[in-house]
Amino acid sequence: MNIVACVKRVPTTEAVAQPTADGKGLDSAGLQYMISFYDEIAVEEAVKTKEALGSGEVTVLTLGTKSGSKEIRECLAKGGDKAVVLVDEEWHSRDARATAKALTAQLQSMGAELVFMGRVATDRDNAAVGPMVATYLGWPCITDVISLEISGTSGTAKVETEHGVETVSFSCPAVITCQKGLNEPRYAGLKGIMAAKKKPYEEVEVSLEANQAVPVEVTLPAPRKEGRIVGEGVAAIPALIDALKNEAQVL
Amino acid sequence: MSKVIVYCEHADGQVRRASLEAIGAAKSAGADVVAILAGEGASAAAATAIGASKAICLTGPAEFSSDAVAATAAEVCKSEGARGFLAAATYRGKDIAPRVAAHLDVTPFTDCIELKADGDSFHVKRPWLAGKALATLGTSGDVLVATTRLNVFNAAEGGAPGETAEHAITAVAKAKVTGVEAKGSSKLDVKEAPVVVSGGRGLQEAEHFGMLEDLAAAFGNAAVGASRAVVDLGWRPHGEQVGQTGKTVSPQLYIAVAISGAIQHLAGMRTSGTIVAINKDADAPIFKVADYGIVGDAFEIVPALTEAIKAAKG
Repeated sequence: MNIVACVKRVPTTEAVAQPTADGKGLDSAGLQYMISFYDEIAVEEAVKTKEALGSGEVTVLTLGTKSGSKEIRECLAKGGDKAVVLVDEEWHSRDARATAKALTAQLQSMGAELVFMGRVATDRDNAAVGPMVATYLGWPCITDVISLEISGTSGTAKVETEHGVETVSFSCPAVITCQKGLNEPRYAGLKGIMAAKKKPYEEVEVSLEANQAVPVEVTLPAPRKEGRIVGEGVAAIPALIDALKNEAQVL
Repeated sequence: MSKVIVYCEHADGQVRRASLEAIGAAKSAGADVVAILAGEGASAAAATAIGASKAICLTGPAEFSSDAVAATAAEVCKSEGARGFLAAATYRGKDIAPRVAAHLDVTPFTDCIELKADGDSFHVKRPWLAGKALATLGTSGDVLVATTRLNVFNAAEGGAPGETAEHAITAVAKAKVTGVEAKGSSKLDVKEAPVVVSGGRGLQEAEHFGMLEDLAAAFGNAAVGASRAVVDLGWRPHGEQVGQTGKTVSPQLYIAVAISGAIQHLAGMRTSGTIVAINKDADAPIFKVADYGIVGDAFEIVPALTEAIKAAKG
């Protein structure tokens, strides 16, 4: 099966946000990057699926920059067979629609049969590209998957909603977006890291559609008003109850 | 007045509060709201789509399909000449809205915390980097497709829809829900609960979360949450994780017990109404965002607080 894991490089979890001088974006100076947390789960599930089938190929696909090869090579070290980078220097500020359309065109041209993505990229937090790509392709999409079984071309997934766990049936080709709990991403061993250096790494120049989302203003959240320590230990509870009742009025 | 379609989730014959908040968001931006409901029991719940001028029930196969519902919702957007499509930023809302956006070929906006009319279009405000930054965005798309964060917008008020209609789902389902294991109806999700009681690694072992469950039960409308460390240790399910790689919550009251306050946790709860922190380390970063802090041993404080809440609730 032709399996694809779509990934995005995002600022590390420790990153501090700083608006740009024009107040319409985020300053990328000094940011460290990582593969988005949930995309790591997508890569692992793609590799596990290939291993379970006993055949096939896993392509790691990203919209990104030429300078981002370190993180993409890491995905190859963890079992991806080859990488395709859609080169776009504005990758970090593309909206969900422009990104989804670029990925859709590539997935079509490469004959993808099963696509894994993270449930959300932890930078713009849209959680939209997976279901959008599936809709453009006319495929099923199961979002936030915590358990997956593929048998032949039919699949069963479990997803966790606010109200319980749902079982969803579908057939391939399909897009699966991955939630924490689906698997434990493996570490790249030395052997994997060495092998990754020799795996195919293709850069494709692409021209994207213009963004529809137009930033008007990007700000930092207002600092919370100064709080206070109401006291120490059990003795502080009456003061806390009083504050919750009479000041905050939440009791 | 521009027309906005609001996808309404429902249970037990009632539109869910999160969806009434989405109607409220549309109404406060001056829109005329058309509610759409799908799934079993939709027609019974239609009358509770408070604030909508009209409710449309999508009728079709018994097995729920997000892709078929989204395709039909997009048809309704077109036939109604809607300028917007909103849903609550629940699992279902976030599952459906991007598909509706793709059908309409517009970019969607997830987890919005503000929605304003801007002439014939809209502006939204939404978090980036899990709330480390806030972006106000306009759109050049023909239709605004957005989801609204829970507990942020006021639920719509007013009367029942003046008109109800049906619209058949004709799109062929690509994926279908074939089974549901409901969790106990008494168990609220951290995203929708008005009160969240979260625990961190300082609680030392999984069994000690029992005292947080007791505290949550004393409130009656609370959910138990957890830090990433606790979920990674397997003490609590990932559905309860609050933070950048978990859920972002905005309850009226957030109580952080034995949570130090790593930046990725703060990102997930800093927009809560009132924050209480209980921690034995007076220098823990959680106290920097807390409105009220108690320094001390959670094992002594939490049971006593539970009794005090019971007494206060009478």
